[in-house]
Amino acid sequence: MTKPPVIDLNDLRFAWQDGPTLLDIPEFRVETGERVFLRGPSGSGKSTLLGLIAGVLEPQSGKVEVLGYDMTALSGPRRDALRADRLGVIFQMFNLVPYLSLVQNVTLPCRFSSARRAAAGGEGKLNKEAVRLLSRLGLSGDRLLARPVTELSVGQQQRVAVARALIGGPDLIIADEPTSALDADARDRFIELLNEEAGRSGSALLFVSHDASLAGHFDRSVDLSEINRAKGGV
Amino acid sequence: MGFSILGLAWRSLMNRRGSALLTILAVALSVALFLGVDKVRNGARAGFDNTISGTDLIVGAPTGQINLLLYSVFRLGSATAEISWDTYEAIDGRDDIAWTIPLSLGDNHRGFRVVGTNESYFEHYKHGGGTALRLTEGELFSDIYQAVIGADVAEELDYTIGSEIVLTHGLGAGGLTDHEDKPFIVTGVLAKTGTPVDRSIHIPLEGVTAIHVGWESGTRSPFADTISEEMIRGFDLTPKSITAVFVGLEQRGTLLRTQRALNTQGGEPLLAIIPGVALGELWQVTGIVERALIAVSVFVIAVGLVSVLTSILTSLNERRREMAILRATGARPGHIFFLMVAEAAMLGLCGAIAGVLLVQLGLLIAGPILSSAYGISIGGLGISALDGWTVLAVFAAATLIGTIPAVMALRRSLADGLTVKL
Repeated sequence: MTKPPVIDLNDLRFAWQDGPTLLDIPEFRVETGERVFLRGPSGSGKSTLLGLIAGVLEPQSGKVEVLGYDMTALSGPRRDALRADRLGVIFQMFNLVPYLSLVQNVTLPCRFSSARRAAAGGEGKLNKEAVRLLSRLGLSGDRLLARPVTELSVGQQQRVAVARALIGGPDLIIADEPTSALDADARDRFIELLNEEAGRSGSALLFVSHDASLAGHFDRSVDLSEINRAKGGV
Repeated sequence: MGFSILGLAWRSLMNRRGSALLTILAVALSVALFLGVDKVRNGARAGFDNTISGTDLIVGAPTGQINLLLYSVFRLGSATAEISWDTYEAIDGRDDIAWTIPLSLGDNHRGFRVVGTNESYFEHYKHGGGTALRLTEGELFSDIYQAVIGADVAEELDYTIGSEIVLTHGLGAGGLTDHEDKPFIVTGVLAKTGTPVDRSIHIPLEGVTAIHVGWESGTRSPFADTISEEMIRGFDLTPKSITAVFVGLEQRGTLLRTQRALNTQGGEPLLAIIPGVALGELWQVTGIVERALIAVSVFVIAVGLVSVLTSILTSLNERRREMAILRATGARPGHIFFLMVAEAAMLGLCGAIAGVLLVQLGLLIAGPILSSAYGISIGGLGISALDGWTVLAVFAAATLIGTIPAVMALRRSLADGLTVKL
């Protein structure tokens, strides 16, 4: 039996309250382990689409299937549980909770999901796993790990966010413009690391950016305007 | 578990510890005010209630019953009129009366009241549920120019057996007219009672008469100096009048009848009061003020709780990103809700506990002052049930209030999704 696609959208329609239709997507799929680049200008609805896939937003009509689950049929708490169990999310910036340590930030998803906690090696090994992931991403040393996260550089913060998205080996990592605050060198290294680690844990990756030059790093590149029929976004 | 949601709430508060501490302080002060008012009130009541016991009636010249109670028992204020010695003897001679304590008030020594009385005082005056007075050193007075002093007098003025006391006519501290020609010798020191007795100097009734020989007009007569101690001892020193009488009955059953008989007897008009009834009337008067104070302090607690609300609400905007991160990493709306409520509850709980401790600290520091200056005994004012209930109530109220920002944060985080941009 083949695994269901990681993401499967059908006739998806979404509009913010009283606004024009922002997203009207007949079909969009991401397969298991696939690394997809989704390009679109700001305001085109990329982040909204990620919100729908992550299950924090609900479409007006159509179907959002994630890992075989029909998100529109799941209750709110079930969607939250699915996200906590099997998704990793990376933002553009300010990814970290300022009052938690590096390691605590990384293990955060395991606080909300026992499945994620188990997948990361269980309670006793959480911190070790977090330290291992951080060191794979080039963040190691007691002194660095002891620093308040607000004192890290943006690049370091983004790598902590990657470690957090990776912990417990989620099936899907969604990244919303994670490199927009990084300079060109750091950006390429960051994407390489992200790709490598996602590949290592077998996670599919949906990487969203306005910057078409990044497309070469991924298995497949999609332009949002190709899959979205709605033009009311901007 | 590295940390729970509660741990998250705690860390979040610590991240804003400046404003959190101020909020806790606001709650603590409001709780301390409320509990402080209550404790002082209870202390005052307990102190007053403990001051006199075993005395069935207090008799004095006609005045308000609270006034008679205050000046005779609590040595507060002064008598406007006296009763004659003949009347006192008539009261003392009644068949239904077991014992009497005559009191002559009106003199003063360095701010401490002088009480003219007799041995009956030391035998029959009881306080704190029937405890009699007790000497820690020396003996009772047996001569005109001798004095038995209260514990506070001995301590504050550093008097001991053999010390000489120069009495002042009138009640002002350091009065203008000292009876320095007739010093008294301390023969005994009483044990601490927590009542106005501690701040009294007891001398024989004859002693009161003696120091006023030559002062009949109210000021020192030019002949006063010429009167020697031997001459005074030759006089009849039975007082012409006294200020008040404590009365103990043969049988308590005759209380109301005896009271009525004294109040309506022919001859000199008298006022006989039952101490407990007079105290009750006093509490009725002070009760209005107490209730007002309690009401005000309850409102102050409400203000403290509003500051909890304010502090969390103002933090909401800057924390939209934090909420989005928590949501993205799998926090359910319930987690967000619980996080906000937990923060409010923690602020309330910490504030309330700090308030209780603040009051205890205050009692520790101010207790001796309250006790010596106002006779408010703060013994037995430790952590009480009310403290516990107050902490619980403030905790519950803060938790309830926490649902307001919690609902707001919840709605926002649902509407924001993962898209909050700063």
